[in-house]
Amino acid sequence: MAKYRGNPDSVRNLVRETEVHRDVYVDPEIFDLEMEHLFANTWVYVGHGSQIPNPGDYFTTSIGAQPVIMVRHSDGTIKVLYNRCPHKGTKIAIDGCGNTGKFFRCPYHAWTFKTDGSLLAIPLKKGYENTGFEHCEAAKGMTPVKHVQNYREFVFAKMNDNGPGFEAFFGDSLSSFDNMIDRSPAGKLEVAGGVLRYVNNCNWKMLVENQTDTCHPMVAHESSAGTARDVWKPYEGTGKPKPMAVEIFLPFVSPYEFFEGMGIRVWDNGHGHTGVAHSIHSDYAAVPGYFEQMKEAYGEDRAKAILGENRHNTVYFPNIMIKGPIQLLRIFRPLAANKTLIESYTFRLVDAPDLLLERTQMYNRLINAPTSVVGHDDQEMYERAQEGLAANGNEWVNVQRLYDPCERDTPVAVANGTTEWQMRNQFRAWSKFMTMSM
Amino acid sequence: MTHPTDRELIDFVIAEARMLDELRFNEWLELFTEDGIYWMPAEWGQTDHRLVGSLMYEDRLLLTVRVERLKGNRTFSQKPKSRCHHVLQVPTVDSRNDEAGEYQLYTPFHYVETRLDDQYLFAGWARHTLVRLDGRLKIKLKRVDLVNCDSAFGSIQLFM
Ligand SMILES: [Fe+2]
Repeated sequence: MAKYRGNPDSVRNLVRETEVHRDVYVDPEIFDLEMEHLFANTWVYVGHGSQIPNPGDYFTTSIGAQPVIMVRHSDGTIKVLYNRCPHKGTKIAIDGCGNTGKFFRCPYHAWTFKTDGSLLAIPLKKGYENTGFEHCEAAKGMTPVKHVQNYREFVFAKMNDNGPGFEAFFGDSLSSFDNMIDRSPAGKLEVAGGVLRYVNNCNWKMLVENQTDTCHPMVAHESSAGTARDVWKPYEGTGKPKPMAVEIFLPFVSPYEFFEGMGIRVWDNGHGHTGVAHSIHSDYAAVPGYFEQMKEAYGEDRAKAILGENRHNTVYFPNIMIKGPIQLLRIFRPLAANKTLIESYTFRLVDAPDLLLERTQMYNRLINAPTSVVGHDDQEMYERAQEGLAANGNEWVNVQRLYDPCERDTPVAVANGTTEWQMRNQFRAWSKFMTMSM
Repeated sequence: MTHPTDRELIDFVIAEARMLDELRFNEWLELFTEDGIYWMPAEWGQTDHRLVGSLMYEDRLLLTVRVERLKGNRTFSQKPKSRCHHVLQVPTVDSRNDEAGEYQLYTPFHYVETRLDDQYLFAGWARHTLVRLDGRLKIKLKRVDLVNCDSAFGSIQLFM
């Protein structure tokens, strides 16, 4: 018998002020409800406009468990279509990126659709004459996802009518996207360098929470970043230039005070970021010529303001994180209650020196790849947690650190960098968007 | 100076795989030249290691970090330690440049890595660029192309 379906109170009861019940991570029914409700009532990231620059260009992906195609329509706008033929359900495209020309053609029976999904033609159409075909579901063509918003080429979609509009959902959190984009002298990003994909046998929310978990790096990453520090130590002060890789690793093992001081900002609806005052990305070496380009493009004051903002991880609820100073976007794709696919996309700052993209690629492979030692440290913790949650001695996960009873009435705030407020913020949003359509 | 025979080049690659299977990682590091690189592309037919993402593109310093990490007492993803197993096809000597002392070898392989009760199978091709330094062969570049280099993997913690 269903424990949670049709019972919004039982779902709400999983989230207490400072604790969450393990079922949010381990229960398959909760996972199904997340796919039906949470991922339908929220604005979920789909893809980037630079992946489909020309009419007919498409990109196949998913929103929660829903297969979709993001496509550049003939009028230049971006459409998001459910990836199934209205006839027999066949996926129309499965090959990642491509160009479909003026229309999609189903590979099974050659039904064709315009790039807004509308039905174009069916072979031997007269077989449907006088059958009432025009009134059936199939006649509508490929179903578009209803709500699509292109924010400076970052494309989001919301499947349900429920839930807030785009601006209301994200509010001021879009400032992190703005900062990442403004770091290009042209004010433009391009997806570049491919994508690194990593599967972890744990719940997707563990990864999202980890993005603002500032009390783990000096512990869990002692093995990787700590070893990098030790291996580099003999060269310190010898005049040998600090390699970019060392520069990337070292801040992970900064002391607690560093992370406390960097601060965490929370926004309404589950968004938030670490690195308000400074971050692990603050002290990278300058890239020759870059500041001059920025000054040229924006003027000195504005250029300084853009580059002085070094946010660490910005979580966009429910399931992405961006790193502005690194030009990186990670998607935490839920595959099952205990299985998550992490896709880490990298961006080129248009008109900026290549060295920035080189650093982005290095960061991605050192930190986010399935071959990353930092990734190994994290994955081990998630998977141990996924298994440990089976223990019946305690059914609750604690997110109490620096809890303040005023939080519920404070939708936007800046707090000590080691607070778990952002995790609580996510779970409050989780509870809200899970139940609003139940 | 005598030049290495094809047999010596082939034996070097086979001995290298055995060293990895026997988890003799410090010795393995010594096989690389000072500027040696271990490269594992993430893209089929990848040519650019700088602006395109790779699974690994590591110099001696980064490889040393890995090897030291594997030994660490607080390296929890290596409790218990992973093991690995190579099956190599007989390496082919693709090119010889005796004058420069540089040789290229091509070795299809299957590789298995363990974690707890599970084992993970990978298949690919290793391409070694070996150089002769002070009478000894060293690895200048080891490039490992997996047949499914762009797939979503779980962790890969050791060396192929
Ligand atoms: Fe981590």
